[in-house]
Amino acid sequence: MTMDRNEILKQINVIFIDVLDNEDVVIEETTQATDVDEWDSLTHIQLVVAIEKHFKIRFTSKEIQSWNNVGEMLNCIQEKGI
Amino acid sequence: MKDFSQLKKNLKKDFSNLKMLKIAVLGDTATQFLIQALRGLGYDNGFNLEIWEADFNQIERQVFDLSSELYEFKPEIVIVFQSSHKLLGKYNKIKPEQHSLFASSELEGIENIYSSLTGNLNAKVIYYNYTEIDDSIFGNYANKTESSFLFQLRKLNYELMAFASKNANLYLCDLSSIQNQVGKANFFQTSIYINTEMVLSIDVLPKVASKTIDIINTLDGKFKKCVILDLDNTTWGGIIGDDGIENIQIGSLGIGKAFSEFQYWIKKLKNRGIIIAVCSKNTESVAQEPFEKHPDMVLHLDDISVFIANWENKADNIRQIQNILNIGFDSMVFLDDNPFERNIVRENIPEICVPELPEDPADYLEYLYTLNLFETVSFSNEDAERTKLYQIEAKRASVQQKFTNEDDFLKSLNMLSLVEPFNKFNTPRVAQLSQRSNQFNLRTVRYTDTDIERLIMSKDNFTFSFTLEDKFGDNGLICAIILQQENSDILFIDTWFMSCRVLKRGMENFVLNTVADFAKENGFTIVRGEYLATAKNEMVKDHYPNLGFEEQPNGNWELNLNNYENRKSFINIK
Repeated sequence: MTMDRNEILKQINVIFIDVLDNEDVVIEETTQATDVDEWDSLTHIQLVVAIEKHFKIRFTSKEIQSWNNVGEMLNCIQEKGI
Repeated sequence: MKDFSQLKKNLKKDFSNLKMLKIAVLGDTATQFLIQALRGLGYDNGFNLEIWEADFNQIERQVFDLSSELYEFKPEIVIVFQSSHKLLGKYNKIKPEQHSLFASSELEGIENIYSSLTGNLNAKVIYYNYTEIDDSIFGNYANKTESSFLFQLRKLNYELMAFASKNANLYLCDLSSIQNQVGKANFFQTSIYINTEMVLSIDVLPKVASKTIDIINTLDGKFKKCVILDLDNTTWGGIIGDDGIENIQIGSLGIGKAFSEFQYWIKKLKNRGIIIAVCSKNTESVAQEPFEKHPDMVLHLDDISVFIANWENKADNIRQIQNILNIGFDSMVFLDDNPFERNIVRENIPEICVPELPEDPADYLEYLYTLNLFETVSFSNEDAERTKLYQIEAKRASVQQKFTNEDDFLKSLNMLSLVEPFNKFNTPRVAQLSQRSNQFNLRTVRYTDTDIERLIMSKDNFTFSFTLEDKFGDNGLICAIILQQENSDILFIDTWFMSCRVLKRGMENFVLNTVADFAKENGFTIVRGEYLATAKNEMVKDHYPNLGFEEQPNGNWELNLNNYENRKSFINIK
């Protein structure tokens, strides 16, 4: 059973709120790192690891660098069978 | 243990009332997360760590350029983290014929870093040792091939230990043992390394921070001195009162091996100088029987400084143990298999450390190993003697009860004290006492071996160490004084600390007489003292007024030597 794309987005949003320590963060498919204050190259790594843990997946080194927005991150997660 | 994201949330809290400590971190890989973890965990340990981070891969420039930001920052502690990955990178680049000399030349580099840091800063150095990487060029044969990377890495770790053992201000933080514990796959995440140059995984950061803060806590005088043991199902398997001496599990009976190994661990702690006490719900004679008669018992009664077995509440019994030993609750560890007893003790004495022992006794040791409860920054022969000293103290206390007159009792002890300036023989003990004394310590300035060597050379400082022996035994060096000449009239007592083992023997009077004699002989007219309050030295709040010092407008205390008469003392100079 794969998960609904919106459901994945919802779960990732919770992770963003926790890692960025900001209750007000709302992410959408088109959200980019530049749209969120706390989302810098360092917290990006924390987000990646938290998402990996949550869905029990591993991203490759290349994937971590490749996403231009949240939607592309979602594609990558779905490609891993989530 | 809190995870990294929880530690990071600490960073937003209020650090203003915490103890400030300046720390420099020099790394050859990216260390931003490590610094956040250190500062976050520092908060939970009562520290406001002010951390200065060198730009990535700037170790040499910062260390060897004396005008660098590092020296301008004047850290009290310098953490140097050279990673195994960079080490491998260096190894890869040199000519194969130099591989056999790799560890030696690396060690030389580290020695130079250490001597430049300690020569130009008044700082301690914490150096992270190397986690193992097997590059699998030789397979198992690497172990018998001197030029292999694995051979050189392990040699370097060994040589680092040898070097640290001879250099008092170098402390190795054992990263390698963390990797052994969690496994390399959990310690190091390749994708993160490739993307960020960080060699520590997010999950291992709190463990590395914790191992580092363990050293910092200990340097600050916070460490464990005593372990209190429950007996039934903690020290042996079964219940002595029900099962009887022949059926408790130790040695080869049942799961006795788990308890025997646990007892060996406790015995090693005792030999290292940790005080062992027993607190058990039992009839005393029944509880003591295995210690006296069971052939497989590793621990014996003479290993135990205080033995309390009764049917009272354990929190009250532990308070009594604390009273006899005269050490802080926060320096005690209580080991008990029973969650109920653990909670009672935790609720009543929040400062005491009560590990959540696993249900299966087979897991006790492995679990306790991971906690790193007994970090220390010194070890001397006196540590091994400590149990005896506390047992003698218990004996002295029982003789004292027979005397109704305090003076008669003190006279009967035939006390002798050897008074000497600090010298190379007593320096290690003075340094150790300086780290350990929290209660009878007027200003709580901590001195290490090297600080003391500096004092010995100083023309403006005068130092005194005091031993105390009596008919029951020798307490060794128990008190130290550091005087500072302010001008030709005034001597300032920079440091006065004393072991609480020798309270109520009139040692304070003897010490003050000694200081006053010295001051008069050298033409001083005033001795000035200062009390700096800490969470633990309430005991000496009225020390100076009790000794006849007069309060000054600035809160200091002064003793005018012109009308000083020697105070009553029953201690003679050895």
